[in-house]
Amino acid sequence: MPRLLRRFLRNPGAVLGLALLLVLLLVAALGPALVGDPLEQNIGERLRPPGPAHPLGTDQLGRDVLARVVHGARISLGVGFGVVLLASALGVAVGLLAGGLGGFWDNLLMRLTDVFFAFPSLILAMAIAAALGPNLTNTVLAVALVTWPIYARLVRAQVLALREREFVEAARALGAGQGRILLKHLLPNSLTPVLVQASYEVGSAILTAAGLSFIGFGAQPPTPEWGAMVAETRNYMAEAPWAATAPAVAILLTVLAFNLLGDGLRDALDPRGR
Amino acid sequence: MAAYVLKRLGYALLVGLGITFITFFVSQVIPIDPAVAALGENAREEQIREFRERYGLDKPLLVQYGLYLQRLFRLDLGRSLRTGRPVAEDLKEFFPATLELALSAFLVALLLGLPAGVWAALRQNRPPDLLVRLLALLLGSTPVFFLAILLLDLLHRRLGLLPGPGRLDPFLLPPPRVTGMVSLDALLAGDWAAFRDALAHLVLPAFVLGSASAALLARMVRAAMLEVLSQDYIRTVWAKGLSERQVVLRHALKNAALPVLTLLGGLLGGLLSGAVLTETIFSWPGLGRYVTQSATSLDFPAVMGVTLLVGVVYSLLNLLVDLLYALLDPRIRYA
Repeated sequence: MPRLLRRFLRNPGAVLGLALLLVLLLVAALGPALVGDPLEQNIGERLRPPGPAHPLGTDQLGRDVLARVVHGARISLGVGFGVVLLASALGVAVGLLAGGLGGFWDNLLMRLTDVFFAFPSLILAMAIAAALGPNLTNTVLAVALVTWPIYARLVRAQVLALREREFVEAARALGAGQGRILLKHLLPNSLTPVLVQASYEVGSAILTAAGLSFIGFGAQPPTPEWGAMVAETRNYMAEAPWAATAPAVAILLTVLAFNLLGDGLRDALDPRGR
Repeated sequence: MAAYVLKRLGYALLVGLGITFITFFVSQVIPIDPAVAALGENAREEQIREFRERYGLDKPLLVQYGLYLQRLFRLDLGRSLRTGRPVAEDLKEFFPATLELALSAFLVALLLGLPAGVWAALRQNRPPDLLVRLLALLLGSTPVFFLAILLLDLLHRRLGLLPGPGRLDPFLLPPPRVTGMVSLDALLAGDWAAFRDALAHLVLPAFVLGSASAALLARMVRAAMLEVLSQDYIRTVWAKGLSERQVVLRHALKNAALPVLTLLGGLLGGLLSGAVLTETIFSWPGLGRYVTQSATSLDFPAVMGVTLLVGVVYSLLNLLVDLLYALLDPRIRYA
């Protein structure tokens, strides 16, 4: 592992991604206690440009943009991690079963993932969010439901490749059962590509969720969710561009962090090292 | 080859069937009674009973699914609760606008992503490569809805370089509808003013929708080119003294294209469904805006109709890519 870590840390992009992520986590953990109320309106102070009292200015209701962006960090990171945890749990289970059981079950489960792959994810997520009611929990459920197949395919491919390796044969020879081989030997060794993919997927889930909120199928105003904030303030681009730009840049930096992290992990784990 | 095609067609059919099953299932679990939704809250008891009998809603689920499939075969997707028209009619009206936008965005992605990826690979780890990688990373991380708002504000409102939302200047007479794609229809009608205006209206939304795909494509092309450029036969070609142009165009690109090709079907399919946000912001009268408005008013027949159409088109695109791939790479056919 130290060699992996060294390789990872020698990559400036990866280090930048990691640093960005740490800052974001810190902001999400401690920030809300340090800034003001994200919901407090002050009509007299509306659309104020950035200044000492409001470092990122105020929005059309006189709310402090910095307070809203900082509170939004917790929401967006929560959504991103929530989606990836749910989707990867489901996907890994399906992939493990398909690869481990083989034959009919493999075929059935893989065709199921094909079907989910073919679905227009944003539209299905919209339909689910509309049916269950638009809120953040349902956004997480909806996005997880449309993103799990990618993990299933990854894990299945890993399991198929690993199944014939000597250490699995050795375990089998020692009398390990199918379940033990799956969970003890195949699962841990299949998780590397899942980790890389998961890093990208956190960013992508944050983008999708923000998009859903932007068109009204995710977090609802006045929740300080970044996508919803851009939607609320987009009509003030002319007189107060900071109000929509701040949450958008926050999304950009967060997604960038996870993309850099994913690239860094992939390059550190890929022995060909590009 | 025939066996492969048959097998692949069978898969596509299965996936199509799976899609119908899920759209049917989702329509079942939504907590909205279609009879009440269609007839209104104040409908009388016997009206509702009659509606249920007419649409088979009183039958067991499996029978209902059979009826649903039967209706699908006749291209009957039900009636939209919002527009009051058959969903199939609505789709026919709105699909061309989405196709026009998605194809334009696809073109943008190809025109930007392909050369950028090749260029980056040829100058690996030098300024052009770093520039392409940086831009790809930034574009791939930017929320598309903000890119749209920002570019509209800058290029339309502030600089007046490009037209704003919509497909055509309201003062221009729209060309007669043939394909439903305004730019193509204007071209067919020989109406140059309308053609130029329609193209100008396409630039921004097509760029916004295609930018993330361009970034993805640039990264894929770069990786594929690097792979190919490091191979022995390319070294031989260099040693023969061919120019960079000849090495790339005649020898490297062909082999780098194969792994990229598999991506293209999914990319175009993704653009069709990704159009939702872009269409909403640019008031583009396509499927994306239609499905957003339908979902807002809980018009599930319409939402499921769009889901089904986009899902099926996506599967067909992937089928096409797989068949093309098999045609180009004999290793697939005989595997």
